[in-house]
Amino acid sequence: MKFSIQVNEGPYTHQASDSAYQFTKAVLEKGHEVFRVFFYHDGVNNATRLTTPPQDDRNIVTRWSKLSEQYNLDMVVCVAAAQRRGIVDDGEAKRNGKDATNLAPGFRISGLGQLVEAGIQSDRLVTFGD
Amino acid sequence: MLHIINKSPLDRNSLETVLTTATGGSILLIEDGVYGATKGNACEGKLKAAMGKFKVYALQGDLEARGFADRVTDGVTTVDYAGFVDLVADSKTNQSWL
Repeated sequence: MKFSIQVNEGPYTHQASDSAYQFTKAVLEKGHEVFRVFFYHDGVNNATRLTTPPQDDRNIVTRWSKLSEQYNLDMVVCVAAAQRRGIVDDGEAKRNGKDATNLAPGFRISGLGQLVEAGIQSDRLVTFGD
Repeated sequence: MLHIINKSPLDRNSLETVLTTATGGSILLIEDGVYGATKGNACEGKLKAAMGKFKVYALQGDLEARGFADRVTDGVTTVDYAGFVDLVADSKTNQSWL
């Protein structure tokens, strides 16, 4: 079965980000397909590679990147939400005249249409947030 | 329909809203929502009364994280994340009551 997951909360602020990760991992481990993970609102903060949690804490950002690498996950960050919160890739840095980028490996920045497409193309869409 | 509730009934009335407005289906309590599945909580009576209409589940890990794994209301089925996935797969639609 084809799943998509929407994440509306940032790391280390609400359990939603952890729940979404655990759920996505379980979906993949059960042999289902994940069409897309869409990061929206504060959820875009899951995509900054500059996060440095204490060594004995989970690294939520790296954890997503590793899962993406292992399963070839499509992880999309909402562009408007990302611009507001300073989540930047090369294209956005050029377009908006920024001097740095911080998008973590495995993520890509795109539009809300990607969420609509995920809803249409997937058998199930599950939202995690506050 | 699978109703996913992540709010404590002591904090918000999502659980009560589902119990009184939804026509049936399954309820999965996750995150702080698992407080709704504990013995003696303010919503326990309403949840038990609605068990004919709804199948009620709670996420085991979230109960354990809050120290309530041994105080689960009778009639509530605990599931792990794999069980969570199965519940979503088995229901044609799902709604997160955020």
